[in-house]
Amino acid sequence: MSASVAGAAGPQAWRIEVFRRPDRDDSEGASVQRGLAECGYAEPASVRSGRGYLLSPEWSRGDAERIAETLLCDPVLEHASVTAPGEEPPAARDARGAGKLRLLVAPRPGVMDPVALTLDALLARALPAAPSARVATFKIFELAPRAGAKLSSAAAAEAGKRALANETIELLLAGREDLPYRAPSGHAQRGRVEVALLGLGDAGLEDLSKRGQLSLTLLEMQSIQRHYRELGREPSALELETLAQTWSEHCKHKTFTSPIDFHGERIENLFKSTIVRATKELAKDWCVSVFHDNAGVISFDQGQDLCLKVETHNHPSAIDPYGGAGTGVGGVVRDILGAGLGARPIANTDAFFVGPSDLPDAALPKGCLHPRRILRGVVAGVRDYGNRMGIPTVNGGVWFDPRYVGNPLVYCGTLGLIPHERVHKEVRPGDVIVAAGGRTGRDGIHGATFSSLELTEDSDVESSSAVQIGNPIEEKRCMDCLLAARDRGLYRAVTDCGAGGFSSAIGELGSECGADVDLANAPLKYPGLSSHEIWISEAQERMVLAVPPEHVDALLALFRSEDVEATAIGRFTDTHRLVVRDAGVVVGELDMKFLHDGLPRALQMATHAAPRIADPGVPKCTDVGAALLALLAEPNVASKEWIVRQYDHEVQGMSVVKPFCGPRASGPSDAAVLQPLAASNKGAALALGACPRYGLLDPHAMALAAIDEALRNAVCVGGDPARTAILDNFSWGNCKKPDRLGSLVLAAKACYEGAKAYGTPFISGKDSLNNEYRVGDRTIAIPPTLLVSALSIVPDVARAQTMDLKRAGNLLYFVGITRAELGGSLYLEHALARAGGAANSDPLAPPLLGGAVPRPDLEEAPRVLAALHAAISAGLVASCHDASEGGLAVAAAEMALAGRLGARIDAALVPCASLPANADPLATRLFSESCTRFVVEVDPAHAAAFEQKLAGRACAKIGAVTADARLSIHDGPRVAAELALGALDQAFHGGFHG
Amino acid sequence: MSATLANRTGRSTLARALVLRAAGTNCDREAVLALELAGARAELLHLYRLLEQPARLDEAEVLVLPGGFSYGDYVAAGRLFAHELRQRLADALVGFVARGGCVLGICNGFQVLVETGLLEGPAVARGERPRALALENNASNQFECRWVLLETLPSACAFLEPGERIPVPVAHGEGRLAVRDAATLAALYQHKQVALRYVDPDAAAGADPKRVPYPACPNGSLDAIAGVCDATGRVLGLMPHPERNVRVFHHPQWTRMSGRREGEGLRVFRRLVACAQSSITPARV
Repeated sequence: MSASVAGAAGPQAWRIEVFRRPDRDDSEGASVQRGLAECGYAEPASVRSGRGYLLSPEWSRGDAERIAETLLCDPVLEHASVTAPGEEPPAARDARGAGKLRLLVAPRPGVMDPVALTLDALLARALPAAPSARVATFKIFELAPRAGAKLSSAAAAEAGKRALANETIELLLAGREDLPYRAPSGHAQRGRVEVALLGLGDAGLEDLSKRGQLSLTLLEMQSIQRHYRELGREPSALELETLAQTWSEHCKHKTFTSPIDFHGERIENLFKSTIVRATKELAKDWCVSVFHDNAGVISFDQGQDLCLKVETHNHPSAIDPYGGAGTGVGGVVRDILGAGLGARPIANTDAFFVGPSDLPDAALPKGCLHPRRILRGVVAGVRDYGNRMGIPTVNGGVWFDPRYVGNPLVYCGTLGLIPHERVHKEVRPGDVIVAAGGRTGRDGIHGATFSSLELTEDSDVESSSAVQIGNPIEEKRCMDCLLAARDRGLYRAVTDCGAGGFSSAIGELGSECGADVDLANAPLKYPGLSSHEIWISEAQERMVLAVPPEHVDALLALFRSEDVEATAIGRFTDTHRLVVRDAGVVVGELDMKFLHDGLPRALQMATHAAPRIADPGVPKCTDVGAALLALLAEPNVASKEWIVRQYDHEVQGMSVVKPFCGPRASGPSDAAVLQPLAASNKGAALALGACPRYGLLDPHAMALAAIDEALRNAVCVGGDPARTAILDNFSWGNCKKPDRLGSLVLAAKACYEGAKAYGTPFISGKDSLNNEYRVGDRTIAIPPTLLVSALSIVPDVARAQTMDLKRAGNLLYFVGITRAELGGSLYLEHALARAGGAANSDPLAPPLLGGAVPRPDLEEAPRVLAALHAAISAGLVASCHDASEGGLAVAAAEMALAGRLGARIDAALVPCASLPANADPLATRLFSESCTRFVVEVDPAHAAAFEQKLAGRACAKIGAVTADARLSIHDGPRVAAELALGALDQAFHGGFHG
Repeated sequence: MSATLANRTGRSTLARALVLRAAGTNCDREAVLALELAGARAELLHLYRLLEQPARLDEAEVLVLPGGFSYGDYVAAGRLFAHELRQRLADALVGFVARGGCVLGICNGFQVLVETGLLEGPAVARGERPRALALENNASNQFECRWVLLETLPSACAFLEPGERIPVPVAHGEGRLAVRDAATLAALYQHKQVALRYVDPDAAAGADPKRVPYPACPNGSLDAIAGVCDATGRVLGLMPHPERNVRVFHHPQWTRMSGRREGEGLRVFRRLVACAQSSITPARV
């Protein structure tokens, strides 16, 4: 043993460290140095990065060296060192001699490490005599001091925790080498564990719910107690856990489905009386499967259907943005794999709602990660999961508001393609329950109940086991086998293991018949899990199938042939009971009826009062050019290119309208269009709408505006509004508070009205209703945030359109009516900030900006969308872009900079409703965010035909495309602003780049 | 053209292509589509099936290693897939090329080809000499997806026509070509192995074609090299994705264009298929 200082002794494993050769640049090291400096730690003169591996001590030195040389190290770029178990690596010795400091970052024992798992499997295949002990990995950051200075390991560790490691899932060692090399420890309590429930009083019941992290209310605990009193026995821990998972807000949507008193109006079931009701009344024959499966399905073409699901993964992303967002993608992809008999995922969407990237450190509440770190983390999580799955991320958005600082929102959506005859699943008694994909570990215990809790400053400590890291390649391999098995008809039903793990998946699949499971058959990542931990674990990348007995062998062989684990763990029965065993011993037995229908429904109180704030009117704009540049640079508007470029948006080769358009690919497309089938010119448009800035002012108008925005975006690219389905995703504050619930009621009612008016049925949705952050005595709620996703059929992709101006000499039309609707608008914020109104505002809850918020005209808006779609499908439109945040001015500027062409518009020609006295006409016309409005470019040869299609709608020629590379905005005879494309570009592309 | 060639040699009218996939491969289906549009009969084959029956290679004239994240690109891009090929199929692959088979590695497939050493000839592929080529992380140190313009160079590559410009997307994080030393690079040029380069459509006349600024050269690759072939000219690896520009609507600016009947990337596959039919020697005669 050569180790000589405390903490230098290495782990009992072969240790291989790989560094880049000195003559090669180390861009990773350089970017880590920048990241540390951004956290205020600029001490290191340079940072060198390296990768480390720990291998079983059972390997011989020769084996370890061969593995290092042939597998772990690049002979051109890198060099490797091999250190015997327990010894100090040479790089650590050298670093100590040179005054350098090493930071090591390793996954905590038991945290998913896909690199290690993949190496394990490969070594086992390549060398059948390989020891069973596993590979572990770590990262190395070697910090060099500046001349004459010394590095403090305490300061480096502090900075490292902020920039390099997330202590929830990773260990950070500063100046020490004693890396862990062991499986996670556990207290294996296999078997039945009885819980004393029958004798508890109310306080005892509440205490049990809290201590057990069951997240059940007193009423729910009482009804469970009554059930067990009737049975005359105590429940097992596993039974209570199963009830808690199944009855969680996450799984049962209690808020949306329990009775509500809204100012004396009794609403029995908000979900059924709004969202579902609209779809039922619309009764579109192209809706194939709505609400009851993992995703909504609509018919498409050539015997294929499309299905779409959007999920939130808010709380996990707040604690570990990378893992949370990654598993958010993984989870929604599994929803699609578990829809019907499994759909092929063909596109992802993502939408983030985060705090401002420039939030001062001093304003950051205790226990929160900085919004910059959250945004970078979620982007990287979506990137690494989506790209590895080979699913293009084609559309998305980012919204910034300080109220999201403690509670960021991460929405992940997936579009799937499924043969029409595979849309319906069925489970028959006698079918074998097969678990396929990843193994089960202690990860994600209590995810379903955790997501129903309020976050606190201690959440990251309390809830660390609820955080999961994904293994996208496991999911990809599982998907490949699953879809092959689907096409061979080897199973009858499938669903994903999501929240609640096996308990929810098997409980749901078997709800109509019964199930009998033996947990001893479930493959585990490591020993030491209790029976109920196996049952409710939310370990990722697992699917559950119902397989007819005669196909079991063929199915298992198919999965085995590609090294994907698939195991029979039980059978579906006809007993209407859920029986869970562990090695034969019954550890839980529940009546399916009580499990699924026994949840007591409590009356919820809801109220709403419009906020009492002054209407500031629409202030006059003193400098239109400066205002436009400021709005283009506003983070909510500015280019998101730094994010989008990191996503593969081309894989699978279906993209027709891409995230960026125009000759320099600098135009932000309104929506994505895909051509899913090689032999059909039919397309699918995917669009989003969200207007959180209006939510606190008027949740009803906000919801309508979000629907309108999603539909506008879909129509812009060629989507047919008459063949459009929409999805709702509600993220709200704590709806146990009557005012939060009141705004939810109003938004849900708006969803009904909007869906009916536009003729666009909801086919799926999800809610996340406890997005508040408590720090000390203060609670910060997010603004009511409804994300609407639209899936629209494009009748012929050859008629799809993009928003970049195409040709000088073309005419510019403005479609739709402009009103003085600037409540919550970006312009108002800009104008009032200039006036000094926001000077003393709270950085986490700035004042609301009053006045009327945009509200679509539900009579006229559908007609406008239909007329514009008719014009686009007839090939009469050269480019089209909707006016949304920042209004006409921003829309026109984006079209010009996308097309590298100039434009001349006259604001005085914009069709306008009569304006109140306190609304400046020019500012209103340029910056109002009224709904259902578009800037449309038309070739003069098509002008008459275009006007014909828009006959009866508000539509005015407001200008033309020019060749002079500048945007000229006129107000009648007066020039209001004249801006060069270069200036627009600089504003739009100049902001935060990650 | 491919049909004529095939008829002349008296073999089946359709070239047979194997598209080899492994865990994490994800551009396999579009590669199959591109090959079919180019007139080949393409089959998707899992690596494990080929390991069980290496003779499956004898049935094909074209082998495509498609893009994706084989084995998650864990440890290094393409490393683990290549490790399986090197350990178990080195001789079969060398033999396939020797009898005239064509190999195309796209993106992750290029990374796999580099790691196998197949681009550097049989001795490196068999592990008798260490490799001297590598693909390292992009100069930006991150994954990027964007459209670029490629130019085909006068090279040994049997299925590229020099002087063509092909718009294609890239989507990778590790595409920067690196060489062991200056001699390696000189040898690449000497043996006409530099097949494809990124070009800047806005470059001034007379600009050095080896110095292409970001983002026209998306990864900082040595001499802006985008693709490399072996000395026989029948093994080509490239980072960009020609299979993602085979249809009219693939081009990011198709709404500004007219008169195109197919994507420009399809030409690469047409020539590949034609070349394979003319160069192959049947495995068992």
